[in-house]
Amino acid sequence: MVTFKDFRNNVKPNWCPGCGDFSVQAAIQRAAANVGIEPTDLAVISGIGCSGRISGYIHSYGFHGIHGRALPIAQGLKMANRDLNVIASGGDGDGFAIGMGHTIHAIRRNIDITYIVMDNQIYGLTKGQTSPRSAAGFKTKSTPGGAIEPSLAPLEMALTAGATFVAQGFSSDLKELTSIIEAGINHKGFSFINVFSPCVTYNKINTYDWFKEHITKLSNVEGYDPSNRGQAMATLMEHESLVTGIIYQNAEQPSYQEQVNGYAQTPLSTEELMMSNRDFDKLVKEFM
Amino acid sequence: MLHQLSWKVGGQQGEGIESTGEIFSMAMNRLGYFLYGYRHFSSRIKGGHTNNKICVRTTEVRTIPDDLDILVAFDQETIEVNYKELTASSVILADAKFKPQHPEDCVATMYVIPFTEIASELGTSLMKNMVAIGATSALLNLDKSVFQGVVDEIFGRKGESIVEKNMEAIQQGYEIMAQNLGDRIGEWELEPADGKRRLFMIGNDAIALGALAAGVRFMAAYPITPATEIMEYMIKKLPDFGGTVIQTEDEIAAATMAIGANYGGVRSFTASAGPGLSLMMEAIGLSGMTEQPLVIVDTQRGGPSTGLPTKQEQSDLMQMIYGTHGEIPKVVIAPSTGQEAFFDTIEAFNIAEELQLPVIVLSDLQLSLGKQTVEPFDYSKIGLRRGRLQTETDLPEVEDKSYFKRFEVTEDGVSPRVVPGMKNGIHHVTGVEHDETGKPSEAAANRQMQMDKRMRKLKHVNFPNPIYQYAPHEDADVLLVGFNSTRGVLEEVQANLNAQGIRANHAQVRLIHPFPVSHVAPLVTTAKKVLVVENNATGQLANIIKMNVGMHDKIVNVLKYDGTPFLPRELTNRVKELLADGYI
Repeated sequence: MVTFKDFRNNVKPNWCPGCGDFSVQAAIQRAAANVGIEPTDLAVISGIGCSGRISGYIHSYGFHGIHGRALPIAQGLKMANRDLNVIASGGDGDGFAIGMGHTIHAIRRNIDITYIVMDNQIYGLTKGQTSPRSAAGFKTKSTPGGAIEPSLAPLEMALTAGATFVAQGFSSDLKELTSIIEAGINHKGFSFINVFSPCVTYNKINTYDWFKEHITKLSNVEGYDPSNRGQAMATLMEHESLVTGIIYQNAEQPSYQEQVNGYAQTPLSTEELMMSNRDFDKLVKEFM
Repeated sequence: MLHQLSWKVGGQQGEGIESTGEIFSMAMNRLGYFLYGYRHFSSRIKGGHTNNKICVRTTEVRTIPDDLDILVAFDQETIEVNYKELTASSVILADAKFKPQHPEDCVATMYVIPFTEIASELGTSLMKNMVAIGATSALLNLDKSVFQGVVDEIFGRKGESIVEKNMEAIQQGYEIMAQNLGDRIGEWELEPADGKRRLFMIGNDAIALGALAAGVRFMAAYPITPATEIMEYMIKKLPDFGGTVIQTEDEIAAATMAIGANYGGVRSFTASAGPGLSLMMEAIGLSGMTEQPLVIVDTQRGGPSTGLPTKQEQSDLMQMIYGTHGEIPKVVIAPSTGQEAFFDTIEAFNIAEELQLPVIVLSDLQLSLGKQTVEPFDYSKIGLRRGRLQTETDLPEVEDKSYFKRFEVTEDGVSPRVVPGMKNGIHHVTGVEHDETGKPSEAAANRQMQMDKRMRKLKHVNFPNPIYQYAPHEDADVLLVGFNSTRGVLEEVQANLNAQGIRANHAQVRLIHPFPVSHVAPLVTTAKKVLVVENNATGQLANIIKMNVGMHDKIVNVLKYDGTPFLPRELTNRVKELLADGYI
């Protein structure tokens, strides 16, 4: 039996003490163990930024890519080996600024991977600039007069883009976060999980306490039905997206891979490279 | 009887001009002629002048000739745009429908034939193309049965009566042309061909077929002229082999997705043109730094920016060699024929896996879209090499969760490679400088070791025949050098020069980077002058040769960057003028 300890390695994270990302790391490790994945069957693909380092802190296959491009790398990997469990992860700058084009299309495409955004509403590694998730009026080094642009609403965006799994967690609720990630891994399709992961160094507004004060847990909302897309959207708007739990899941929609014509049921990575002489002759004759 | 015939059909885009050329050339191909077809087209769906020029010959041909023997015109614009290519013995076959005007200074004879009217009487004006093919066959003294097989294949699905009507259109075209020609019938008859069945394909077909034969099972791509046919071919064929293509949101995703799939152990690639390659530069750097195999096809077109999307140019060379920030090992291969495009693409996948680096297959619009006769490929000659890719069972048992040395420093710079899912293979991959296990490391000694290790791989590029050469002269007056599609025109120019007493050698560079100095230097040394012929404005290949071989004084730029390919006589005259002027 695998345990979360099997997913620990000997690398000491270079995150600041108290960083929300520690909980995300722990939640991934616990969720993977709970689902029963072997470390060699898990690949964590990450972007650039503080959060991007996570692929090096989990004992599994890991790929620390380029800024904003974790998702296409992760999708390519999953297409190559459909038996692998693939988790893509990164920060809010990675996923909602430079990588937004990939995020929205990965959601639409619905390849069976899990995407975890460590959302701290700030650029940390470059030492405190505004992010697409910073609220209007938020003062940073790049917005000394306060951010003019409104904060992006990624969960609502995901719903309109056709997401089949939308969830949100909070770093100080490891238990809930673990169960969300577990559900994401088990979901057959693209699971989009946004995590409030406070930056203790550069974000003095959206702190642990601030989130505790503002967050509503969906498990406490009576009659909440995550299969109801309309209710999901209304609830997000009502609570200004400050909710945690599984917001929406469509378990009926088949994943991308299941709909691809001719796509092998076994991993492409195990296929023979050479084709038969007969197949080759057939291809060549089309040009005669 | 003629040894070579050049035929062109022109009209408005979207009018079936392409299929007219297609049917004519397929029939000629099956008779065993060598063909080369080049399309003139614009970046729009319907409307705008388009034409398809086809050269038919009894010997190999890979270039469009300067002159035109037969022009089939479906509008006046076709005549206006193309009549200067005609000679006194040429003919225009013009559709009566547009009331063709014969330009005053046009030296060719014009025959006005009611193509559309005949077709309409047979049922649909769409068949005007078939009537024109019939008229052409009268000039060439071809029996209509020559077209039966092709017509069967193209229209067979639509039913027997459609096939019959199209054959009837050909017959009537033949008859009316024969009446018009009188005793000129058969004046353009070609010497008989050898009847051998060969392939007739565009370069993009050869590249795509090569990728499939190389074991590619996944492609990620974004449509762009002139690369899209590669993607379309893979979309059509990969399902038969369990694989698939994803049309991505942009070229950044295409290249990084291909990296992800290669990381997963599947041969995968992407194909694009200049604008797409610009976007892929960060991915190319990632592939180089993380030592993940990656093959990218760049079908060059007119640049910069959106440039000339449907026109010939060769101006991406420097970007392909040096593009991406920082320094990585990269291989750039530039096939010059359909045959080479097929085999070199396969070799690109072999090298990418053997050396674990990005390989660019460089093409250009003329090679990618020009349709040429290609000798059938011998599948038994294909060998696939995966380098140091490990099998799971070979991996030693890991203790204490230590990481596999995926970036182990080795003599040739190539490390053992494992892919996710393998037991005992866990390691980390990062675009940050890293140690042998893939953990980030900024230590100076490690940096130097890893950088040297990666760059060392370039000393082990195993590419057969890095140049094509036909160099009959030990002391040449002139060495002609080119890359990609200029091969065909340079072969003709070389023959012309030699026939006129100018000793000309020819080299076509197939391995652009790392530059094959030991192959090129002797040819440069033994030539009085070196003319580097390229479709760009700055002489990029010439500069590469100067950098690697030296002998700057000998090297002369012969450039063309107006979007049109070099033509044999035009280029021969330019070379002779350069010689006569004492410029060189």
